[in-house]
Amino acid sequence: MTTAGPAAGHRADLEARVDALLAAHDPATTERQAFLDARYDAGLAWVHVPEGHGGLGLPRALQPVVDDRLGAAGAPDNDPRRNGIGLGMAAPTILAFGTPAQQERLLRPLWTGREIWCQLFSEPGAGSDLAAVATRAIPDGDRWRVTGQKVWTSSAHLADRALLLARTDPDAPKHRGLTYFALDMRQPGVEVRPLRQLTGEAEFNEVFLTDAVVDDADRLGDVGAGWQVANATLMSERVAIGSGAAREAGMLGVVADAWRTAPSGHRTADAHQRLLRLWVESEALRTTGMRLAQKLAAGAPGPEGSAMKLGFARLAQQLSSLEVELRGDDGLRYDDWTLRRPDQVDMTGRDTGYRYLRAKGNSIEGGTSEVLRNIIAERVLGLPSEHRVDKDVAWKDLPR
Amino acid sequence: MSATTGAGADLVLLPDDVEEDLRASLDRALAARCTPARVAAAYDGDESLAGELWTALVDLGLPALLVPEEHGGAGAGAREAAAVLDVLARHAAPVPYLSSAVVAATTLTALGAGGLLGDLAAGGTAALLVPATLHRADDVVPLVRHDDGTVSGSVRSVTGVAGGVPAGVLLVPVAGPDGADGADGADGAALVAVRPGDPGVDVAPVVSLDMTAPLADVRLDRAPATELPGDARAAVSAGLAAGAALGASALAGTATWALTTTVAYLQQRRQFGRVVGGYQALKHRLADLYAEVEQATATARYAAAALAADDPDLAVATAVAQSWCSEVAVHATEEAVQLHGGLGMTWEHPCHLHLKRARAGALVLGSPAAHRDDLATLVDLPPPHPDQGGSPSWT
Repeated sequence: MTTAGPAAGHRADLEARVDALLAAHDPATTERQAFLDARYDAGLAWVHVPEGHGGLGLPRALQPVVDDRLGAAGAPDNDPRRNGIGLGMAAPTILAFGTPAQQERLLRPLWTGREIWCQLFSEPGAGSDLAAVATRAIPDGDRWRVTGQKVWTSSAHLADRALLLARTDPDAPKHRGLTYFALDMRQPGVEVRPLRQLTGEAEFNEVFLTDAVVDDADRLGDVGAGWQVANATLMSERVAIGSGAAREAGMLGVVADAWRTAPSGHRTADAHQRLLRLWVESEALRTTGMRLAQKLAAGAPGPEGSAMKLGFARLAQQLSSLEVELRGDDGLRYDDWTLRRPDQVDMTGRDTGYRYLRAKGNSIEGGTSEVLRNIIAERVLGLPSEHRVDKDVAWKDLPR
Repeated sequence: MSATTGAGADLVLLPDDVEEDLRASLDRALAARCTPARVAAAYDGDESLAGELWTALVDLGLPALLVPEEHGGAGAGAREAAAVLDVLARHAAPVPYLSSAVVAATTLTALGAGGLLGDLAAGGTAALLVPATLHRADDVVPLVRHDDGTVSGSVRSVTGVAGGVPAGVLLVPVAGPDGADGADGADGAALVAVRPGDPGVDVAPVVSLDMTAPLADVRLDRAPATELPGDARAAVSAGLAAGAALGASALAGTATWALTTTVAYLQQRRQFGRVVGGYQALKHRLADLYAEVEQATATARYAAAALAADDPDLAVATAVAQSWCSEVAVHATEEAVQLHGGLGMTWEHPCHLHLKRARAGALVLGSPAAHRDDLATLVDLPPPHPDQGGSPSWT
């Protein structure tokens, strides 16, 4: 009585739909992109999304029924890790704030991987204080002209489109003068430069916008409502970052294997205790993610996702540090310092030292742990806000 | 990668309507009677609250939750019992629900001891006579000998035997007459039932760190005993496993109480012209504590759901929940005392009741370290061999 999973009726119906898709489009003979288009049209792309946009309006928990069955049949997938920002952040934002026309136009190429997305939020002067963005969008007929500099932009060198947060009213207080757009990255006026990180690679970019153009039809939400839309995107991001997968997935699996294979001399009683504590903490986070996902199955992401992201960062850093220790001499080596521009973060595809260094970013990217603690304290626990001197002052009058 | 990957993926961790109703009615029943002052009175020798509360629990049918229907019980699930333990913990209620309605009831159910189960369903109480910190049946080395229908021996620090609602029956793991040691029918060991009022039974209450779950030392001297047929080792194992799995919900309840009470206090307490909860140093501590407590709730619910579903992941779920919830309950109540300032050190404020429950509760049915030891075996992370410490050899 307590293990009622996804409804059996939905499951059988989904399996039948998958079988029909496979019968009409044999993966062995169908071109990859054509198969993905057909899957989208069949509502089997993301089953929780409304019909007509690649979904069936079913519980999100039923997606594995589709993925597993298609995987077993050798069908291609949409390489979701390549478009993490598109799928994890752009899609929920477009679904929540986009017009029907925008949803029709943007979601299909997003899901099928024809259009890769990035996120133009952070700036040199606006990281944790995101409402301080200075990139200007100035109206020009039925379009906007955008000028400014963005930074820490993952995937910008691959992206076709970007979620853009820009200032449209410098006379309004900083949270109220922002507007949110979907920007075409393939245009003059968008320059992407690699930004090398402490790992040696350039996974992030700087993006310089000089009179770049965005149609008003690509505005997401009202003029001046950019802060609310951006917050929804960020909550989706934190849920996406924090959601655990299977037990011993990710960093914990790497470190558990390091323990099992480490030369005996590196397996000390102290390291064993640390590992067991981290194993327990990983499982605590995994079950919290399960519970949160069950809560969110009906509703929108809330600030609780911030706690997941906080825990995830802490764990990744402690685990990757323990792994360096367990590897002994190998922990002193590094795999590759050459400047690379990867299309995704690949924690498990690289060596120990990379994981240790890359994990340092986990408590900074997507909201620093300090900002997340403030969010939890204020929005979840209802504690008083930080003392603010900038809240009701016009953005143009703020000291910078 | 561990063989248990993906285990328990279907377990539902959110309460259903039945559980929500149960929580609400129990909360109402406790709020009226279970005031901090009356709970604290147990430390001064007045244990009258416990009896009143137990009567209220019986009226709600809660001691019968885990008793099978054919023995007069509710035949409900572990999830409902977990909810009861959570709510009881939030009120620091001094009733032997974990020891009697969970551990003893599950032990008797595993034995199929119908008559005694019927008594429990009707509000009677029982306790398994093993040291309170023990959580593995394999560690039950019977301290009591069974000879000619009588038992002799002594067991130290048992819960659920003394207090305002003492055990009506003691379930005693015994060695056989040949001195075999091990609660196993094959070597002559068994479980026997002993009545606390009978001659030769001496229950000596102990001054306990947590007087809401008071301990007793029990001495048996040729006390009359009734042997309970069945697999004693399996029954003790089931009782302790259920206790550990669901005890985590009590710890999570204590942690939740500590967090919410402290947040509420810091939302109104002013110092230096400001609400104290607005200071970032305190906000960040509470945010971290919130994350810990959320995770404690999730692990406790996962363990309860695994027990309810008889999921193969139960042993791992229990080890995780017990080790995590124990440490979080202690941390949360220690933070509560600190962040209440001088008030937190007083007898008037209920912080101390919950601190004592957390600290003692973290030891009951296995310490966090003991449960992590279990985990090392369960998930194939063996400890280093004692000979293998130190630096790698030159090879």
